[in-house]
Amino acid sequence: MLKIENLHARVAGKEILKGLSLEAKPGEVHAIMGPNGAGKSTLGNVLAGRSGYEVTQGTVTFDGKNLLEMEPEARAAAGVFLAFQYPVEIPGVNNTYFLRAALNAQRKGRGETELDSMQFLKLVRERVKEMGMTPDLLNRAVNEGFSGGEKKRNEVFQMAVLEPRLGILDETDSGLDIDALKQVAEGVNRLRSPERSFLVITHYQRLLDYIVPDFVHVLADGRIVESGDAKLARELEAHGYAWVRDRTPKEAHA
Amino acid sequence: MSTPATPFVKSMQAAAVSGLPGSGLAWLDETRRDALQAFIDRGLPEARNELWKYTALRALQQRAYAPRDEDAASRSVPDDLLRLDGCEGPRAVFVNGAFRADLSRLGDLQDGITLQPLSEALRHQSEPLRFLLAARADDDEDGLTLLNRALAADGLIVRVADGVHAYQPFRVVHVGMSAGSAVAWHLRDLIELGEGASLAVIEHHVGDETSGHLANLVRGVTLRANAQLGWTVVQRASQDATLLRRTDCVLHDDATLDFHALEVGGKLARHELRVDLAGARARFASRGAFVLDGRQHCDSEVLVTHRGRDTLSDSLWRGVAGDRARGVVHGRILVEPGADGSDGSFYNKNLLLSPTAEIDTRPALEIYADEVKANHGATVGQLDEGVLFYLRSRGIPLDVARRMLVRAFCAVTLDGIRSAPLREFCEALLAEQLPEAQA
Repeated sequence: MLKIENLHARVAGKEILKGLSLEAKPGEVHAIMGPNGAGKSTLGNVLAGRSGYEVTQGTVTFDGKNLLEMEPEARAAAGVFLAFQYPVEIPGVNNTYFLRAALNAQRKGRGETELDSMQFLKLVRERVKEMGMTPDLLNRAVNEGFSGGEKKRNEVFQMAVLEPRLGILDETDSGLDIDALKQVAEGVNRLRSPERSFLVITHYQRLLDYIVPDFVHVLADGRIVESGDAKLARELEAHGYAWVRDRTPKEAHA
Repeated sequence: MSTPATPFVKSMQAAAVSGLPGSGLAWLDETRRDALQAFIDRGLPEARNELWKYTALRALQQRAYAPRDEDAASRSVPDDLLRLDGCEGPRAVFVNGAFRADLSRLGDLQDGITLQPLSEALRHQSEPLRFLLAARADDDEDGLTLLNRALAADGLIVRVADGVHAYQPFRVVHVGMSAGSAVAWHLRDLIELGEGASLAVIEHHVGDETSGHLANLVRGVTLRANAQLGWTVVQRASQDATLLRRTDCVLHDDATLDFHALEVGGKLARHELRVDLAGARARFASRGAFVLDGRQHCDSEVLVTHRGRDTLSDSLWRGVAGDRARGVVHGRILVEPGADGSDGSFYNKNLLLSPTAEIDTRPALEIYADEVKANHGATVGQLDEGVLFYLRSRGIPLDVARRMLVRAFCAVTLDGIRSAPLREFCEALLAEQLPEAQA
């Protein structure tokens, strides 16, 4: 589904990703862990198509298509969803209006029929209920005045409505208390399916107690230095990132 | 000192001798002569006038305007132009500056509300107008106000009796239609709400695509104690039109003026809104937005004077300019000595959608009283790239995302429009007018 090969990317002239390779098949959950500055968020932003992230080398294909050539909105229509580390507030844009515009733009992009307001309302109400969100969320402006936890839950809620094929969670756990963390994780787990993959980018292992990944990758200095299963996350938690660096001096500091 | 006789001035002089309604009334003839002379002496406002600093009328000087559209009384107007669904109350329609009884709906006005075209009043009952119209030119008047005094051929006189609440909004539609040549018209409105009266007015400007007329409107508004006026400007004049307006409002004790404006039309549109909070506890709230494209120029001047004690003013304006458009916002709050307990605020945010667009904003406070609260602020910025990316990452195409954000940016100025159909009309107009932003 997603195939990243030897990806190099620069931000503001500084090389952040230095040859990252990763393949995610349908239904798989990959956790990307790593210390601050390793390039975790850069990876998410490059995949979603944020401007200012310059890919200098390597390829990314999504269902065989060159993802890097696509506009952000086309990537979304193709099924890529980035849950932001810092979701933005959009005063004056109503949540329901925003989500319907997004869903219908994606459906249009895929050549599907758009949902009318009744169909859409039925859908979002179901999702609100499933996510345990308060329905008044739908009448508020996007993320305006939301707490940190509400914003993160809203990201997962949007993902539930838009039903992407690849969900990228960029430090969705940061700033969450344990209850909010559980809610977010439950939301993600509900979306797990044999057709849908996830990249769970996180600094801490804690989230992975609730979203149990199939694979764990350690990102350090712009590339993946260690891959394993869920056990790797717990080892990292016990030993710290220095442990990985010490184990892979040649690769990490080549 | 005399203004050189530019084509503009010459055409105005010609208009003065072309036979205006009420001519032959000695007091009116004298007022008009006096005002025309003052105009010739003073000329059009120039950049050294603080209120005209960013709106140049140089191009106007070189233009000559016909004094009237000879066919204004019969010119046909597409129904669509006059439509404002859901606001089907009384309306007065002016086409190229001429009052059109056939297009207006003034038949069954509510008791206590009187409404008369100025031209008709001058013909039949001129004497009561003498006090209102026969003022001598004062130093504060700019050339356009003087021109209006010299040449106003029509307008509206609206009175709401004490304690009368108008149950329907009253709409004034100014229509500009292409004529053989560009026409200048000068209208004078006088609006008075008696004690405890209330009225909602919709000022609606429309036009066909290419009419390049000049409209020079001067309005005097008096709100007696406890009166409440809601005033909404919906301006979508022709893209070649020049629309210059000045409105002077006086609010007595406990009177309220609730003002909204959406300006999207015209080549050059300016509104100088002066609000005199003369009475204690008088309140003024304004919410306005302009959305400009091409080479449009729009100037919103909001000049508030707190004279009464415990008076309140609260203004929130938004400006959006794309392409090579130019916007001007000037919010001034003047608190006179003795106006203790006044509370005034003026906030203005602006959005530039292209590198060649420009918006000049000046919030200004002048305070000569104690125990006063006054706040102001202004910003000029661009659409937030981070927010645009967020919308796009959800599948919303860039152009749709831009429109969505511009609409949201202006929404705060329309939210408070009480009439739902009017609010929806404004929202639709805004959506329709949003300029395509340049990348």
